[in-house]
Amino acid sequence: MGKTEIKTVRTVFGRIEALPIIMVYVLLIGAFMFTAPGTFLKYRIYQAFLSTVPPPLILALGLTLIVAAGEIDLSFPAIITFSGFLFASLYTKTGMTLMPFVVAIIGGLVVGYVNGILIAKIGMPSIIATLGSQFFWSGLTVILSGGLAWNIREIRGEFIHTLFVARLGSTLPVQSLWALAVAVVLWFILNRHRFGENILFIGDNMQVAQVMGVNVARMKIKLFTLMGGLSAFAAVLLTLEMTTYWTTQGSGYLLIVMASVFIGGTSIFGGEGTIIGTLFGSFIVGSIEAGIVASGLGGFWTRLIDGLVLIIAVSLNILISRGRSSIGTGIKKSSIG
Amino acid sequence: MSKDYTYAVSMKNIHKYFGKVVALKGVNLDVEPNEVVGLIGDNGAGKSTLVKILTGVFPPTLGEMYIRDEKISFKNYGVNVAHTYGIETVYQELSLGEKQPLWRNFFIGRQVINKFGFINVKKEREISQHIMLDLIGFRGAGITVDSRASVLSGGERQGIAIGRAMFFDADLIVLDEPTVALSVKEIRKVIDFITRIKESGRSCVYISHTISHVHEVSDRFVIMDRGEIVANFKKTEISLHELDEFLLKYATAKEKIT
Repeated sequence: MGKTEIKTVRTVFGRIEALPIIMVYVLLIGAFMFTAPGTFLKYRIYQAFLSTVPPPLILALGLTLIVAAGEIDLSFPAIITFSGFLFASLYTKTGMTLMPFVVAIIGGLVVGYVNGILIAKIGMPSIIATLGSQFFWSGLTVILSGGLAWNIREIRGEFIHTLFVARLGSTLPVQSLWALAVAVVLWFILNRHRFGENILFIGDNMQVAQVMGVNVARMKIKLFTLMGGLSAFAAVLLTLEMTTYWTTQGSGYLLIVMASVFIGGTSIFGGEGTIIGTLFGSFIVGSIEAGIVASGLGGFWTRLIDGLVLIIAVSLNILISRGRSSIGTGIKKSSIG
Repeated sequence: MSKDYTYAVSMKNIHKYFGKVVALKGVNLDVEPNEVVGLIGDNGAGKSTLVKILTGVFPPTLGEMYIRDEKISFKNYGVNVAHTYGIETVYQELSLGEKQPLWRNFFIGRQVINKFGFINVKKEREISQHIMLDLIGFRGAGITVDSRASVLSGGERQGIAIGRAMFFDADLIVLDEPTVALSVKEIRKVIDFITRIKESGRSCVYISHTISHVHEVSDRFVIMDRGEIVANFKKTEISLHELDEFLLKYATAKEKIT
């Protein structure tokens, strides 16, 4: 294979967003089809993924924008429990569905807005501010709920249940379409909207963004508020799917959501982010446990494989982006000389 | 080009404190229409702070500013407002997002958008192409509107920042150390650009350490030290040699005092 061919291959890798991670996903599913054909050659397992992956996927999509802005959010598990509590308890008390939904979303927006104020106005680093709010809001929820779980089985008959988590044609979990819609909207926001471009410049170099007229503080407040709203939406989807609310819901999401974003190829250094990568990253993380168990390895292997995939995927992304920047300089030199 | 105002910009009694640090103490700076003002001073003299107030990056602690004789309310002033007044800045370092393609770098802060805020990428790329080919003459260097800023050399970066200022048709262009880390040939381009600003009837504030460059292109020299303006010469009053002598004497006198 000649040098130009290698370059072409690399260019293709660079052109199609998140292509390497899509290939990792295909390979992983292919491997599971081989090791666990009884499970992975049937639709049922994919239906299960399409019902369980959407809440962490929506969180990861929001977190992609936060990371692209060079920030981090650790408070979304608290919003999953806080907004889930608002929704389940108000539904139980009033029997209404729209009002609890609206209150749950507003609750998430408020948590996000407060995060934004702490970060943009007070000047706290986002990792500290959201760590604090993670403790605060999950603690508040435990106090309010008395640590109890709420069973809301009756909501199965309500329209809101049909709207968000029904099975379309009794096969396709509707929440997967909602998550896909969120992904499409956020892709356009990040790549084609002024809001997304401002995020990219803030993550790239905050001072450049500022001297070029981006209102950095206002942008950060908006960004964290958006993340709060998305987290609340994920909370409602999760609570509806489970038809149960429990106070520790969402606590297992922190690491897998972050892993999804970084496996997807978004850089921790900010200034770039890939929505498509996060989409596939979330499905990779969501498929590993089922795949491992179905392959007969036992659940203990899950974490080990998660770690392995994270390290391989991020290494791959770094190597490919290094390749891409070396083409840039290569072209330059050859055309000057 | 006739101008119906006395000053392109007039800053009066500007003070700026960063916490307890005094960066500017009562600076008055006027820029006449079609005047190139060279701002000279050591590091920490307050040049960049003054320029950042002028261009809306932050407000002064105290003081007034008039743009084309119109009083500015600092409460509502900012980089975007400065842009609408036709004030453009070319910064030494802080001008480009490294990981972003050039077409985004041209339009950051004032994207071509529809009413929903979505960017017209096609239009921005076309205009970027025009700026690169026609305004700054990037030809056949393998750099396209999709290149990331990180692959550019120092001179090319400055070219992008200058092209941006030219395209947005500024009345007053502020250049903050535009020739730092440039090759001789690239410096020449920047100097030519300032000459063109003058010829096209615009005004310019030019900050540089290199006195010979400042002297060549400026109509007037304003010398700052420790947050104050300490001298003000017209080009007709002072030769490059005399200016050099003055600065040297001033620096030695200062050393004796401190």
